[in-house]
Amino acid sequence: MSIKVAYWPGCVSRGFTPELHGSMAAVAPLLDIELVELDRANCCGAGVIAEHNQELADTLNARTFALAQRVEGAHCMMNICSTCQGAQSESQERLDANVEYRNNVNETISNEDGLRYRKGLDNKNFLWLLVEEIGLDELRSRVKRPLSGLKVGPFYGCYIVRPAERLGIDADRPRDRYLHEVIEALGGTVIDYAGVYKCCGFPIITMNREASLRQAGRHLGDAIDADADCLVVPCPLCHLNLDLQQPLAEREIGRELGMPVLHLPQLVGLALGLEPKQLGMNRHVVRPSSVIDWSTSVVAASS
Amino acid sequence: MPEYTLRLRRFSPETGEPAYWQDYTVDLEPHRSVLEGILQVRAEQDGSVGIRCSCRAAICGSCGVRINDKPGLACHTHLDAAAARSQDGVIKVEPMGNMPVIKDLITDFEAVHWKKVRRVTPWLLPDGPPPEREYIVSHEAMVDVTQSMACIQCGACVSDCLSMEVDPEFIGPAALAKAYRFVGDPRDSQHRERLEDLAEDPHGIFDCTHCFNCIDACPKGVAPMSQIMRLRRKATADYEIVDRNNGERHEKAFVGLIEKYGTLFEAELLPQSYGGKFHPRAMPELLRSLPVLVKGLLRGKITVMKGLHHPKLPDQKEIKRIFKTVEGRDQRYELNLYISGVDEEPEPAGAAGEAVSP
Repeated sequence: MSIKVAYWPGCVSRGFTPELHGSMAAVAPLLDIELVELDRANCCGAGVIAEHNQELADTLNARTFALAQRVEGAHCMMNICSTCQGAQSESQERLDANVEYRNNVNETISNEDGLRYRKGLDNKNFLWLLVEEIGLDELRSRVKRPLSGLKVGPFYGCYIVRPAERLGIDADRPRDRYLHEVIEALGGTVIDYAGVYKCCGFPIITMNREASLRQAGRHLGDAIDADADCLVVPCPLCHLNLDLQQPLAEREIGRELGMPVLHLPQLVGLALGLEPKQLGMNRHVVRPSSVIDWSTSVVAASS
Repeated sequence: MPEYTLRLRRFSPETGEPAYWQDYTVDLEPHRSVLEGILQVRAEQDGSVGIRCSCRAAICGSCGVRINDKPGLACHTHLDAAAARSQDGVIKVEPMGNMPVIKDLITDFEAVHWKKVRRVTPWLLPDGPPPEREYIVSHEAMVDVTQSMACIQCGACVSDCLSMEVDPEFIGPAALAKAYRFVGDPRDSQHRERLEDLAEDPHGIFDCTHCFNCIDACPKGVAPMSQIMRLRRKATADYEIVDRNNGERHEKAFVGLIEKYGTLFEAELLPQSYGGKFHPRAMPELLRSLPVLVKGLLRGKITVMKGLHHPKLPDQKEIKRIFKTVEGRDQRYELNLYISGVDEEPEPAGAAGEAVSP
């Protein structure tokens, strides 16, 4: 049975990390996910618009939610970016909490042919959808190429784990363990290291470049020290600082790194039998050679 | 009574020995606190264990520690909850982070926390002679600062601030929350000066990464990160302070690009955050980024087309209209759930939960 979702890919997955958007599109049919892309929806604001004007960010996100609610037969809204998840959850928390506020926001967006956000949207990152809607057993049963021997360090990104209450993390839904669980379901080995729940530093790259790159460099170094072959991220902004900026992070902390960083759909796609090139893994700044044997295109993990 | 294992991080700098872990077993009811467990250890097993505490009721803020890798008050954490949160049932207690350790679980607040709090001039600076009787302040204005006033100076947010971890000079969450307490107070006459000072500091309000650690750490719901965002909002929107750290420029660039395109034009965001492609400030920054930009181009991550063109949303005029409506208001409409709480409204049938569409 397939799952139809109102799909919000975000800006960065179609911008500087196009391999994320492409790999999600490649993986979806293998998991029977039907993606209905919200091609009229807008940027989530990434916390920056909210810091400028909270009502503006909430109104823009309410517009996206309302567009998602118009997708007929959709099971929920899905995103592939921790930052979108966090920024949208923050807006949704306020919109759902206060009827007067919600009415005010709806009045602003409703000029668009009666567009209206109704309280109670279910908005899930691909990671949450994998575990909660598809299920780990189902995922396991679809694995064609187990990631045996591959040592993967999870890197969650801040927006998808904090604040725990807003993001619905509790004993029944341990969303802060899902990356661990998915890596194991795909046959890989989880590497716990100091940076699992830390910040990649990306949001301050233009304000304090040194502090930003020092964060990325430190976590990458910690993962190397813990003997990880690669990291996996559910957030393209983390990917920018951890992969694209990795050469600069190396310079900042004075240490050679060379740690491959995979987007979540890429890791899933590899295990489901897709070829690295189909998943855009040739687009990364740090070549994932510890993950992929390019001559045979199979998972190569250092043994 | 159930038994709990407390694993305490022991350290006495004057011995010259490295820190080590020591396990103790305590017999206490599950609803007793981690602090009571530690005090029992000290009274009955090992008098040399060091911890600072006073009120034992989550009021004084003395017993901040890290329990199972998360900061909090030892007196405010039940033993059963702490054991449930641990992978192996052992309750691991260590001193707070980002501060030097004096002994065992006692950190040096003076070296970090108090110094930073003093940095933000944490007292009222009114203008002119004081009124004959009290200052008259509106109810709304004082409610606005109650959240930041709820701080008990326990240092839990400082302990796990991820920006401070790589930059010890960052003013940090507790001190900046305290700064908002005065920037939001109508009796203070130095709002602009305070904001200019915090925006211009190379380790000031624009160095918070939005990691939310301080929000989860705070036992009193102060949400220091939200107070930092309010400081930024006031600095950039109300006082139009253009800082040397690109904080205001970055925000303006981001917001402006969304107003124009609806989604983020990344290739424009970087130069605009430095004041524009041809600004003297932008050149050295862009040059430093050149190696990664070239690599991105070579790998097909970034294309020349993407650098020059970004499509507008099909109904971009709607986004523009939303901007115009919201930004055209006389006053910003802000909702603080700490103050307003959550509505207990009845739900219309079928609206809540599962499906997105009706």
